[in-house]
Amino acid sequence: MLTLVGQDHTGIVAAVTRVLSDHDCMLSEASMMRLGGNFSMMMMVGAEASAETLNTLLNSIAHSMGLCVHVDEAAGKPHQHIQPNVEVRVMGADRAGIVSSVTSALADCEVNIVDLESDVIGKQDEPVYIMNILGVSTAPIETLQKRLEEADLKAVDVSVSAVETLIA
Amino acid sequence: MAVQDILTIPDERLKQVSQPVESFDEQLHWQLQDLEDTRQAGPAAVGIAAPQIGWFQRAVIVDVSGRKKTPSHGYLELINPEILEWDDFKLGREGCLSVPDFTGNVIRAKNIKLRAFDRHGSMLEFDMTGFEARAIQHEIDHLDGILFPDRVVSRRSDLFQRKVYQASTKK
Ligand SMILES: [Zn+2]
Repeated sequence: MLTLVGQDHTGIVAAVTRVLSDHDCMLSEASMMRLGGNFSMMMMVGAEASAETLNTLLNSIAHSMGLCVHVDEAAGKPHQHIQPNVEVRVMGADRAGIVSSVTSALADCEVNIVDLESDVIGKQDEPVYIMNILGVSTAPIETLQKRLEEADLKAVDVSVSAVETLIA
Repeated sequence: MAVQDILTIPDERLKQVSQPVESFDEQLHWQLQDLEDTRQAGPAAVGIAAPQIGWFQRAVIVDVSGRKKTPSHGYLELINPEILEWDDFKLGREGCLSVPDFTGNVIRAKNIKLRAFDRHGSMLEFDMTGFEARAIQHEIDHLDGILFPDRVVSRRSDLFQRKVYQASTKK
């Protein structure tokens, strides 16, 4: 698993993946995005070379580009997707503790979070926090709704819905 | 009973445009049987399109009646289907027998008016909504050589879905 973070600028993905392809690495699942002015990358890499070798190779370019990069041995392979069956949407005036309250409630219901995205939007002096969680739940939607209602979420809008995947 | 192999990506044939059915004969009935047998043999698919089994004519099968609380016209064999009207849109998660191990969000019309022919060539018209309308649009895309990953929208834009949804329900 390769993780990278640093000041965003052009050419980061090209430079990193160039090194990897030169060393016959296979890239699989990845998530890359700009977060608060930083560029971030998380990527599963299949390689003959050791994590140590890749770290050395990548650090030689990362340093000159002002990036922090790290490769760890990680178990796992492609085709391990699990299908979410619930979606939780959250929106409200930004304050500390929203994520913690929501995810604690979900953890109490034994929901496995498979994807979480959030952002701060709205006016600069009136920031609004928005979050979207996909998870796998064995408990019914009503149970999650009840538990989230009990959580201390004043002025934050939370909705839970089933994710129904059409296969055709 | 003749379960056929399902074409999967990156098979180029999935991108070809299927031709209209012209003869509503016994051959068509056998092919529809194969199509349904193949759908039943797979993992819980609510629809299947002819080109997915290498039959490049405009025929699809859709059946969402197995789902609870879902408006449905039951088991449908639809020949030369054509959407006459669209109304409203909705984001929903889709997967495909021809695209294993991948699901994604796709925007589809929420309500459609559909015209098609049955296996004997009689014209049918339906007003469809929700899951059934989504399944039809997914299948007609197959007839036009389009796979749902071509239409997947980013999860990031999905963050704002609810706002859009609320605005549209206020109309
Ligand atoms: Zn499909």
